[in-house]
Amino acid sequence: MIDVAGDVANAPARGFVSAAGAGIAMRIAAPWIALAIAFAFLPMIFTSGSALTMLSLMGIMIVFACSYNMLLGETGMLSFGHAVYYGLGGFLAVHAMNTVIRDALPVPLFLIPLVGGFSGLLFGIIFGSVSTRRAGTAFAMISLGLGELVASSSLILRGFFGGEEGVSSNRTKLLRVFGLNFGPQIEVYYLIAAWCLLCMVAMYALRCTPFGRMCNAVRENPERAQFVGYNPRTVRFIAFSLAGLFAGVAGALAAVNFELVNSAAVGLGQSGLVLLAAYIGGIGNFIGPVIGAVLVTWLEVMLSDVTEVWQLYFGLLFIGMVMFAPTGIGGLVMMHEPLWQARAYGSMLRLALAYLVALAPALVLLAGLIMVIEMSYHLSVKGYEGAAMLLFYVPLDATSAVPWAVAAVLLAGGFWSFRLTWPIVGAAWHKAFTQAHAAGQVT
Amino acid sequence: MTSTFKTTLCASIAAATVVMTALPVAAEDTVKIAYIDPLSGGMASIGEVGLKTFNYLADETNAHGGIAGRKLEIVAYDNKLNAQETLVQLQKAIDAGIRFVTQGNGSAFAAAIEDFVTKYNERNPGKEVLFFNYAAVDPVLTNEKCSYWHFRWDASSDIKMAALTNYMKPLANIKKVYLINQDYSFGQAVRAEAREMLNAKRPDIEIVGDEVHPLAKVTDFSPYVAKIKASGADSVITGNWGQDFALLLKAAADAGLQVDWYTYYAGGSGGPTAIRQANVPDRVFSIAEGVPNEPYAPAREFEKAFRAKTGVTLFYPRVVNEIRMFVKAANEANSVEPIKIAAKLDGMKVTVYDGGDGFMRADDHQFFQPMYISKLGPIGKDQPFDEENTGWGWKTTGKIDTQDTIVPTTCKMNRPS
Amino acid sequence: MLELVTISALNGLLYGMLLFLMASGLTLIFSMMGVLNFAHASFYMLGAFFGFQISQLLGFWPAFVIAPVLVGGIGALIERYGLRHVHRHGPVAELLFTFGLAFVVEEVVQMIWGKGPADYRVPPSLDFSAFTVFSTNYPAYKMFELLTAIAIFAVLLAVLTRTRVGLIIQASLTHPNMVAMLGHNVPRVFMLAFGVGTGLAAVAGVIAGPALVTQSNMAASLGPILFVVVVVGGLGSLTGAFVASLLIGFVQTFAVAVNLSVADVLGGIGVAPPTAGALFDLWDVTVAQIAPIIPYLLLVLILIFRPVGLMGTREH
Repeated sequence: MIDVAGDVANAPARGFVSAAGAGIAMRIAAPWIALAIAFAFLPMIFTSGSALTMLSLMGIMIVFACSYNMLLGETGMLSFGHAVYYGLGGFLAVHAMNTVIRDALPVPLFLIPLVGGFSGLLFGIIFGSVSTRRAGTAFAMISLGLGELVASSSLILRGFFGGEEGVSSNRTKLLRVFGLNFGPQIEVYYLIAAWCLLCMVAMYALRCTPFGRMCNAVRENPERAQFVGYNPRTVRFIAFSLAGLFAGVAGALAAVNFELVNSAAVGLGQSGLVLLAAYIGGIGNFIGPVIGAVLVTWLEVMLSDVTEVWQLYFGLLFIGMVMFAPTGIGGLVMMHEPLWQARAYGSMLRLALAYLVALAPALVLLAGLIMVIEMSYHLSVKGYEGAAMLLFYVPLDATSAVPWAVAAVLLAGGFWSFRLTWPIVGAAWHKAFTQAHAAGQVT
Repeated sequence: MTSTFKTTLCASIAAATVVMTALPVAAEDTVKIAYIDPLSGGMASIGEVGLKTFNYLADETNAHGGIAGRKLEIVAYDNKLNAQETLVQLQKAIDAGIRFVTQGNGSAFAAAIEDFVTKYNERNPGKEVLFFNYAAVDPVLTNEKCSYWHFRWDASSDIKMAALTNYMKPLANIKKVYLINQDYSFGQAVRAEAREMLNAKRPDIEIVGDEVHPLAKVTDFSPYVAKIKASGADSVITGNWGQDFALLLKAAADAGLQVDWYTYYAGGSGGPTAIRQANVPDRVFSIAEGVPNEPYAPAREFEKAFRAKTGVTLFYPRVVNEIRMFVKAANEANSVEPIKIAAKLDGMKVTVYDGGDGFMRADDHQFFQPMYISKLGPIGKDQPFDEENTGWGWKTTGKIDTQDTIVPTTCKMNRPS
Repeated sequence: MLELVTISALNGLLYGMLLFLMASGLTLIFSMMGVLNFAHASFYMLGAFFGFQISQLLGFWPAFVIAPVLVGGIGALIERYGLRHVHRHGPVAELLFTFGLAFVVEEVVQMIWGKGPADYRVPPSLDFSAFTVFSTNYPAYKMFELLTAIAIFAVLLAVLTRTRVGLIIQASLTHPNMVAMLGHNVPRVFMLAFGVGTGLAAVAGVIAGPALVTQSNMAASLGPILFVVVVVGGLGSLTGAFVASLLIGFVQTFAVAVNLSVADVLGGIGVAPPTAGALFDLWDVTVAQIAPIIPYLLLVLILIFRPVGLMGTREH
């Protein structure tokens, strides 16, 4: 942790104008500046059109998943209808764009996400006032019901929701500033990246305020929070509205990116996707949802090219995470934080080595599992295409016993040798933590 | 916290880097068509049938010398029944060097593709992409939202209704019609057109009911069937498809409802099974651009070979027209450049798959062809094809010539200079 | 008019009973274990497909007995090896586990039986018309559905309130530690409860399969309505689920029969329609159009005004 108290005590009475104050500011700002530079340089590494599209999608999903984390991770509210605010933000944004185009208003494209944010806040307040009366399972059910209600009414209120086709717009027809018409995807990417950074800073800052801490308190022990003098209901309500605000911004960014918003944006599928992303990434810390958003977006776009049963893999991944790693990928990474703080690099290296040793049989196990799934799928659904198939670029005959035997061996052998490596990892872990403990970094 | 922040940040960027390097490979010298339709989830069975049809036609093309000397290949993309996902897959296809896109299941997605392709071609001259629409029937795609780069081979829903009402016009036994449709753009279009055209052609017909129900959400149609019965209708016009059609027919059979059914999609996957289960022979009519049992020899041969190889009925005779016209355009232009192919397809006249004349109207890029009304029932010895192993097949009861299917258009497309 | 009312009432009763058949299992699991099983509709779907497959080989009646037992067994295994592990991570993790499970089951069903509808038919022994009401035939199969649902309700109520097993189950719900100390194997009780709950869903599937379309998207289309029934009826109350199923069945069926639109109602009292704007479409919407959406409206209203549900006993 940053030793603010010590620095402030040593600083002159004039306060943060001093060098010590500037030092603190630099330490806080440094990671964000690094992030901004990374965002700026990513398109130069990945230059293809679909890579740019994917980066843009990831940016949108990051904002959406972080806003969801404000609810689930920070305040402990499990919502199954968060996509309502995302979608409504998108709809209002696209209507705003069409109004600006039609009436030739001097509004440039990069201000449109503000409309999304406003819409998310508005609907967050309206729906939040009824949803946040309850917590826990009742809240989850209300969110589900509201989500279904809004999604269903989207086919009735055709004027606003555009019916089945949704509402479309043209992002190049707004006011041009600095000669940017936002036709090319690269310009849209930078717009999304800028807003993504802005929202991430805002959400992180919110997290560090007393309000953010009270959200955590309400999550842990609402009764105690009440004793301290904060009404849990009010805290939840404000958190809900703010989460809606950021979800609305994400929706508006999606509207700008696709130039199209339709009723799927408010549906259960979209809510489920953000839940998946946030949970897989890890809801215990700030970076978790970011990782989850990146991973899930990539999987969603690329996995369907590789296999037709992508939904099965998604489901299995999700179940696996829930059962074995409920803190998510972010949580797993954060488990190593004490080691990093203790600068126990030697033991960290040994730990990494142990992980590598465990990884090999795990991959074998995975290969076996994939073989079984793909072959079963091929045999049952695609039987008409004959028994021949291509897996990992290797031609296979799904009806002969040989590939099945191979798969069985991979599965069994992989699992058995994987189990053998667990004590190795455990020992390395134990050693690393003992060292960190000795260095005084772990209590 | 900041140092671990950096760690996790580096980790995620590293992961993203590793992950991103798996990008699609560039194309060789084949002509590829991107097929973007649902290949997973509830509509996957329909998407797969379309893919089989396209693959069969690609094989046939390659066996007959290919397209302008090159091989034809179909590349499948799963749109997961989501408009934004459709656009993402389209972007992937374009990125892989594919210049021709085909789609059909869902007018909403077709509209998204048409919009995207038009904007893309405007913003990227020289890299044009063409959109071949094989089943999305919303009239707006060739009216208000028309585009030079979009070609539709399926008769739009107003063309089908025009043909259907022309067929119904001389039938004196039709006195009371009940309309029941799904509540979305297609269903609304069907009921609006039905009302308008029936009023114009047979003002004596009374429309005794006009019902819409939410799409794919109704599990028990018996209340709707009760209403149809109460109205005293003798005919029902419905655009329902999939489970909405199957359940409606089931409920009608349960309640003993005796009406004639005039449908768009009774021939779709699952339809004949539902009709057979409901045991209503010769009362369900369907309008389509081809009937398997039509006595036209080349079509019958094709159907036989098609069923032998793929195991399903040829649901899409229009896809045969699409691919054959595509190949013809490329061969005539001696090029596979989209802009030249578009110029050739513009106004092209052909003999269609099941005999008869068809043409691609230049004003709106809508294809016109003869339409057939057929009914499902027990087949005789000169009807070799049954449907879905039910023993019942489609029998033609009416044919509408191409000239009688033409409807006007409001399209004002921007043509390239 | 009378014909429409009678027919709608009968139809509503039947639809409600079908819903109850499915929701009974869900309520049982929730009452016993406090776990809201998102994958419940998936077990219903498994029941339908197992019923279909077994009826192809052995006939409908053996399938009626075997399929629920098989699915209940699978449910018990999932509880033992999956849900129990997740239990210690909290209620959110349990909910999410069942959420992921729903995904996986749908995919597996698609892999085995394909994506199209399965030709699951009403057994010939029941394929006749039971009686005729105002010229509409009522199939005997629907009567069979009705009777089965009522029988299950009666049996469940009796078991839970009158037998020793039922009392132990109820006690495990509120005082698991005490019950364990008294010598009962609480985890085994939970496993049994989960198995029976999923078995009940499977019975619903075996019966509803021929009446509705047996396809891999069955679970997704019925899942949300199930939750509405359970929550509206009251989390944890079987009688509440019964009442709520009937309520939702009647409301939905009658609403379809009603052709009133907002315009009719408000126009009747002299309010002029708006000419444009976002609410323009609302004016022409008829009650019939929104009939299948009314349950969600009910859900939201109940959760706002009476969160324990109509007859619920648990506060969450």
